[in-house]
Amino acid sequence: MTEIISAPTGLAVATPEQRELPAWRLLLRRPTFVGGVLILAFWVVCAIFGNAIAPHDPLAQQLLLNNKAPSSAHWFGTDQIGRDVLSRVIVGARTILIVAPLATILGTVLGTALGLALGYLGGLLDTLVGRVVEAVLALPAVIVIFLFIVALGSSAVTQILVIGFIFTPLIARTVRSAVQVESQLDYLSSARLLGDRAGRVMFVEILPNVLPTILVEFTVRLGYAIFTVATLAFLGFGVNASTPNWGSDINANYGVIGAGYWWATLFPALAIASLIIGINLVGDSIEQVLAG
Amino acid sequence: MTQNDAAAAPATLTAPAVQVDNMDVTYTVRGHDRLALREVSFEIGRNESYGLVGESGSGKSTVALALTRYLPRNGRVSAGSISINGQDPLAMDAATLRGMRARTVSMVYQEPGKALNPSIRVGRQVAEVYEIAGVGHNEAMERTQAMLGKVQISDPGRVMDRYPHELSGGMAQRVVIAMAIAAEPSLLILDEPTTALDATVEAEVLDLVAGLRTELDTSVLFISHNLAVIAKMCDRVGVLYAGELVEQGPARQLFDDPRHPYTVGLLRSIPRQGQRKDHGRLDTIPGFLPPPGYDLTGCIFAPRCSLAEEQCRQAEPPAFDTGPGRTSRCYRHDLAPELPRTTPADMMLPSAAVETSDPVARLRGVSKTFGGRDEAVQALVGIDLDIQRGETLGLVGESGSGKTTLARVLLGLIPPDADATVELDGQPLGPGIPQRSRDQLKALQIVFQNPDSALNRRHSVRRLITRPLVKLAGLSGSALRDRLADLVRSVRMEDRHLALRPRQLSGGLKQRVAIARAFGGGPRVVVCDEPTSALDVSVQAAILNLLADLQAKEQVTYLFISHDLGLVRYLSDRIAVLYLGRLMEVGPAERVFSGPHHPYTEALLSAVPSLDGEAPDRIKLTGEIPSAANPPSGCVFHTRCPRRLSSGICESTEPPLAEVEPGHLMRCHIPIDQLTSLQGSGSAS
Amino acid sequence: MVGYLLRRISLAIVTLWLLSLLVFFAGQVLPGDPGRAILGNLAAQRAVKTLDHQLGVDRPLLTQYWTWISGLLHGNMGVSYQYRSAVAPFLASALVNSAKLALLALIVIVPLGILGGVIAALQVGRPLDRIISLTGLSASTVPEFVSGIVVIVIFGVELKVLPVTASAGQGASFGTQLRYLILPVIPLIFVLFGYIARMARAGTIEALESDYARTATLKGLKRSVVVRRHVLRNSLLPTITVIATQTGYLIGGLVVVETLFNYPGIGRLIYNAAQSKDFPMLEAGVLTIGVVYMIATILADVLTITLNPRLRTGMIR
Repeated sequence: MTEIISAPTGLAVATPEQRELPAWRLLLRRPTFVGGVLILAFWVVCAIFGNAIAPHDPLAQQLLLNNKAPSSAHWFGTDQIGRDVLSRVIVGARTILIVAPLATILGTVLGTALGLALGYLGGLLDTLVGRVVEAVLALPAVIVIFLFIVALGSSAVTQILVIGFIFTPLIARTVRSAVQVESQLDYLSSARLLGDRAGRVMFVEILPNVLPTILVEFTVRLGYAIFTVATLAFLGFGVNASTPNWGSDINANYGVIGAGYWWATLFPALAIASLIIGINLVGDSIEQVLAG
Repeated sequence: MTQNDAAAAPATLTAPAVQVDNMDVTYTVRGHDRLALREVSFEIGRNESYGLVGESGSGKSTVALALTRYLPRNGRVSAGSISINGQDPLAMDAATLRGMRARTVSMVYQEPGKALNPSIRVGRQVAEVYEIAGVGHNEAMERTQAMLGKVQISDPGRVMDRYPHELSGGMAQRVVIAMAIAAEPSLLILDEPTTALDATVEAEVLDLVAGLRTELDTSVLFISHNLAVIAKMCDRVGVLYAGELVEQGPARQLFDDPRHPYTVGLLRSIPRQGQRKDHGRLDTIPGFLPPPGYDLTGCIFAPRCSLAEEQCRQAEPPAFDTGPGRTSRCYRHDLAPELPRTTPADMMLPSAAVETSDPVARLRGVSKTFGGRDEAVQALVGIDLDIQRGETLGLVGESGSGKTTLARVLLGLIPPDADATVELDGQPLGPGIPQRSRDQLKALQIVFQNPDSALNRRHSVRRLITRPLVKLAGLSGSALRDRLADLVRSVRMEDRHLALRPRQLSGGLKQRVAIARAFGGGPRVVVCDEPTSALDVSVQAAILNLLADLQAKEQVTYLFISHDLGLVRYLSDRIAVLYLGRLMEVGPAERVFSGPHHPYTEALLSAVPSLDGEAPDRIKLTGEIPSAANPPSGCVFHTRCPRRLSSGICESTEPPLAEVEPGHLMRCHIPIDQLTSLQGSGSAS
Repeated sequence: MVGYLLRRISLAIVTLWLLSLLVFFAGQVLPGDPGRAILGNLAAQRAVKTLDHQLGVDRPLLTQYWTWISGLLHGNMGVSYQYRSAVAPFLASALVNSAKLALLALIVIVPLGILGGVIAALQVGRPLDRIISLTGLSASTVPEFVSGIVVIVIFGVELKVLPVTASAGQGASFGTQLRYLILPVIPLIFVLFGYIARMARAGTIEALESDYARTATLKGLKRSVVVRRHVLRNSLLPTITVIATQTGYLIGGLVVVETLFNYPGIGRLIYNAAQSKDFPMLEAGVLTIGVVYMIATILADVLTITLNPRLRTGMIR
């Protein structure tokens, strides 16, 4: 006869408390992440405290000292009207680090909302909006942005708005795909069965699960935003003529490259490159960590 | 070259085809070594079929990977030896290894569609095997065609030109099998080859493998978590638990008379011999699988064993002889059959289904068509069904039967076609959730199959269970807290689980959360959609017992959907059988199972392998399940029905769903008395 | 397949129509009066008005739009404000020049990117992979004018091995033209390499880890054969389609590169047109770019369907 004993509960948590480090700890272990953050931090400091750090006044023109090669007095040399390139590079971080992030935030917020709606609700809305988005995207983003800036002027606000709005459909497309994947899962049906309405399902149920995707997308777009702002400045549509602006400085000075005066062009260019690379190192690390 | 030649010389005829001695397999994860297999020893004789049984995490697939030397980069055989046909795969150089893979060992995996290259026609892929053996292209294609015929693919010439995505699951698996035996291997390894297939298709594929085995002189290693399939296909069996082979022996003996507590526990958690819930509870195995790399002294099963004593915890038991050709790694193997039960055998029966004419849910004329005009697929056609108050109605069918669609229509997740009636307690239910009242939403809930998909992984357990309490039951404050505590206790979880996220819980625990959530609002009808299919066998029993207890406590009605007929039979009071969106049979569980029953039900029952031995007269269904986009005329089952009437009425006219006995409906032209005599009394017991 | 193509093309036409609306009305927002822009600030107001009337800019917007569209459909792309002659020839020669640059970029980039990606995938996790991935990542995000300037400074100014303007002048030989195009092509290569390499790498890794790669290996095939015969055709599929869509970035990059190197391509054309408020030129140019991009995307879709058996058989059924 089988002996009957009382059921031992013994219901321990099966998987031992996963020895998983929180995401940010994992990130700090990656040299690419740390490197990227350091670069970004450097430029952020320059953006905020630029005027205090810069050795010379970035706006001061000393026409007799123009086009001087890098020396101990002017580490990066001087430009065509005698301004110290190093100071201009340091202070120039400000504009780009205001416009680009704000534009990206705008695009991300709008793009996320749009992507959630299109991905979850689908249907007619998706088809119609899809057509419009395709029309906008029929041209490369840079050109579209360029056209709008030419038409509307290149103030900081305009650039933020235009870049933000053009990024919205691009970000929405990525969010939409991620949302469509989530929509296959059953927890959404459970939420519907509770009587939850679409809005709540999108923002309370789905959004937390696509946040990682959005975060990565944000860093990628930030890189592109900086790319775009710099390019616009190079094409002559910089934000503000008076404050130092990397792209505008390049625009102003590259004509004399042929004569051998390369420093006023190269150093701002390297600054742009380093900033974008920094962001991409950070973004790439985040993506790797989130992918598990 | 000569050294390998010597190693490659075929062994004598009496030597076993495969010999594994004390093999350890180690994985290195993040710098730590974890033992995945420990001291595994077994032999497979020539032309013998050896089954390896184990749950997830047991390491059974690792055995196969080790044999073909296809362990991932961070894995290695850290001890012991392997010998296949006298050769040692671990000592081979790359060329010899390729030769072994090409000529001696073949593998068939679980998902046939994915195992084939989607960009190459299947004929070419099979022919490749011949070409590797040195055959010219044209001859290879000819032999491929012959081989495809051998695996019972009709019209092999046309199939050869197809791409994998154009084949059904069953046909794809046949192609993979053809590819595997084309090389005439000495060892054929099958790793869950039929898990992804429907019951009737699975039966055909298993028959094919059994037939081929007798024809060719191949040894088979059959790996599965499904004990019944192993019992059907294998001469000898090894039971793997947490990387150790705890018991071995001839299949029949092992399953009838197990000698290891784990095997005993496993067998007790499966309904056997038509066991029903009123005959006795399923037993469960307490505790949990040790995490990988768990370093312990003593018997690996001791923490979960009711027979464990001091000796067991101190030293690893060796393999004791428990009979001719049988071993068991247990000090107390002679007491194993007397293993004390974890859950009491008797149980509180849920109140019998009330035989009133007042069903809790009614469906009339429910149809559901997907897709536009051109590609219309009829998932459900004219369903008339009553669900009685307090009963468990089992819903059975293969893929394409529409059982999931039916559940979703009932719940309001999918709107039915026009002119459908769905009623709850006599009140009509709106087609979609926004058209239903909160009371109606409260009354109908579901437990999904896959808890990973059904629980929002970003929410805590507390939040997941509390939500329906707030939204549906309208509780707050202390009432809410009390009900939450009550729910947690009734699904046998603990308070400390509330703060966790689903990711930190085991499969069984996650499903308990899903069940607690379903019951939170106090529903009257709960749909259980394959609630245990994603769980291990030893966990299934606990969940099923829980569901049965909750039904008694909360007085709910279940719509129990499953492809596992054993479970359905165990739990259900009545059964409904679906085929291609149509109800084929509805009736009391015993009647439907023992007969007389619909020919489809008959075939389904005889297709499912049983632990208790094969029924003598197997109905073999031929052909594939027809596509729902293009259903056959007349009775949709006529294309595969072995009892099709010669008068031709089955092809021309669809039979109505008629009551052939009190409470028993069937959709068949054959009169019930004829069926009774044709099917004999109590077929497929 | 034909049905699909027709549908695709009609969709593209709808999109192009929307685009034309966008372009036309955006152009109208540009501040400034065309007549004034052409005649200059010192011209008399009446002369400006007459010119405006001749140009037709004082008519209702919709009429202007209609005239423009119907003209386009007949091959008449309007008359440039700045040059006072037909837009079409300018556009045509600019298109040809840009095509040379773009083609050169693609010829270099596609094999390089694919090779880089596949090698990185075959060496996944090992140093070579990290190098290729990081290089690709960094290079692809540096703006074209930045890399262009760096390249100019190094090769053009300091080392003086290559010319810093891109046009070799009329009638230059093929070899000379090529030499002039080398520097401008490099920034384009930077931007595109990373993206293509990343796609190729991801596709190859997925294919390598797939079940069918396992089947192929366990059949006893050599690794090189597995890669060549089974893996590559599945991994390169998404890559090839991506390449066609990269034409968008290519075109965008052309604006900058052509400006930087003073190359008479369509990018510089549009830039100048925008600055001079030359609407007809600007609108025609933008629309042309739109058409080119649409064609590239359609080609990409057709290519995907043809190469992917799953889609191809789905179409035919």
